Amino acid sequence: MLFPTPVGVAESLIQMERDGRLWTGLGRSMLRLGKGYALSIVLGVPLGIWVARVPFLERAVKPVVLGLQALPSVCWLPLAILWFGLTEASILFVVVMGSLLAIAIATEDAVRRIEPLLLREAGTLGVRGLRLYAGVLLPGALPGILTGLKLGWSFAWRALMAAELIVVSGGLGQLLHYGRELLDVAQVVAVMFSIVAVGVTVDRVLFRAIETRVWRRWGLSETR
Amino acid sequence: MATLLPTRLWARLVPRWTLEPSRSKPGEAKIAVREVEHRYENKVEALRNISLDVHSGEFVCLLGPSGCGKSTLLLALAGALPPTCGRITIDGKPVKGPDPSRLLMFQDPALFPWMTVRQNLVFALRSKVRSRPRREETAARYVKRVHLDGFEGALPHQLSGGMRMRASLARALSMDPSVLLMDEPFGALDAQTKGQMQQLLQQVWVETRKTVVFVTHDVREALVLGDRVVVMAARPGRILKDFEVRLPRPRDPDDEAIVQYSRQIREALRSAEAPKGHAKDASAVPASGLSAGAAHPVGTGG
Repeated sequence: MLFPTPVGVAESLIQMERDGRLWTGLGRSMLRLGKGYALSIVLGVPLGIWVARVPFLERAVKPVVLGLQALPSVCWLPLAILWFGLTEASILFVVVMGSLLAIAIATEDAVRRIEPLLLREAGTLGVRGLRLYAGVLLPGALPGILTGLKLGWSFAWRALMAAELIVVSGGLGQLLHYGRELLDVAQVVAVMFSIVAVGVTVDRVLFRAIETRVWRRWGLSETR
Repeated sequence: MATLLPTRLWARLVPRWTLEPSRSKPGEAKIAVREVEHRYENKVEALRNISLDVHSGEFVCLLGPSGCGKSTLLLALAGALPPTCGRITIDGKPVKGPDPSRLLMFQDPALFPWMTVRQNLVFALRSKVRSRPRREETAARYVKRVHLDGFEGALPHQLSGGMRMRASLARALSMDPSVLLMDEPFGALDAQTKGQMQQLLQQVWVETRKTVVFVTHDVREALVLGDRVVVMAARPGRILKDFEVRLPRPRDPDDEAIVQYSRQIREALRSAEAPKGHAKDASAVPASGLSAGAAHPVGTGG
């Protein structure tokens, strides 16, 4: 009974697909993820660039970021619940905390690895301020930032599931939770399967496509 | 092409060309270097008592073996490195920090890899030209000037080394700097491409008459390009000779005059290094000094 058959899992999956639980759950999870992930990018990329460019921030902020990165994202949940209660905001908070730091760290690293020659050239050409940030630093670090975004995506996805399991409010996490409550092992495995499927699909389809284009444009890939 | 014997005969029969020292010119110097000295933190004396005047529209080559401080001097002119003492003024104003009016070009074309040739030019021009159509127009004009038309949409990694260098040159020229500083820009190119770039640079220079300070360790290159060749020596970095090259342009590196001039300059360099008796002198400079085929570098690197 604790080991479902493949057929059982498939049946459970089809069942959930038929009554729409899978799609509503997936839809809700993806919406939250979308919001949280977008917020992480909007905050994490500039944070990473600033930390790389401002020596003071590097000394003050970088150790904190690196330290907090060691903290599993679920550990933010008790704090989130105390602050925001069992709400949507708590889940969002956990998702953001889960992926923002990874994105910021990867961005910082990528900015640091921009060829010094290009930065010097930007300097001699008189490129400063916003033009330097948007025109040189961001595109120069983009290949590295993409790696961070991929990492951030999987972290966000994990954090979301952890949060949804505890703050039960729709989403795939809830399906997982109910499967456990009902001792429905087939459902639990079926949901786990869906989670993996989503993760792989996004990585393979979305990120692969963006990465290929960027690497080709930047002249980093061997295939032309 | 020219075999050894005819060249030697030729040298005997034809009256010798001799380089003349530069004469001081009337009027305010565009670049004035006064008693500049520089010591690096590791106590190496890179420059000792350097004084140099460069007039507007002059093409000056700084020539010397590696370690003679020519690159240091160029960096100081660019404002990228404040010398330990002395004074450098450009157009009467002291040099403080880098400025787009004094563009520095290196061996590496340093094009932004994610931008096409056109975008590289347009991006640089944004700090100079306000209107977008005028930027595009200026970029197109300079792309054409370095014969890269048809490659505006190419990315740097899709171009050959020489084409990248041309794109870089176009970008530098399009910024219309009052002084162009070049640190062995063609040092990484193969001999043939290098020759083409030298011809192109001469042609562009004749058209634009920019003030250029060009660092090189290649004697022939200096003679082909420069109105003046400032010969420097190492340990400590100092100016040995300041020659004027009065030859019509475009010049060919195999011109008899240039071959003879380069022999003279190598002799000057050799005699400067001889008293210290460095072993590398013998190997770096062929004893006959009659190698008509290739321009011999005085040293390696810069």
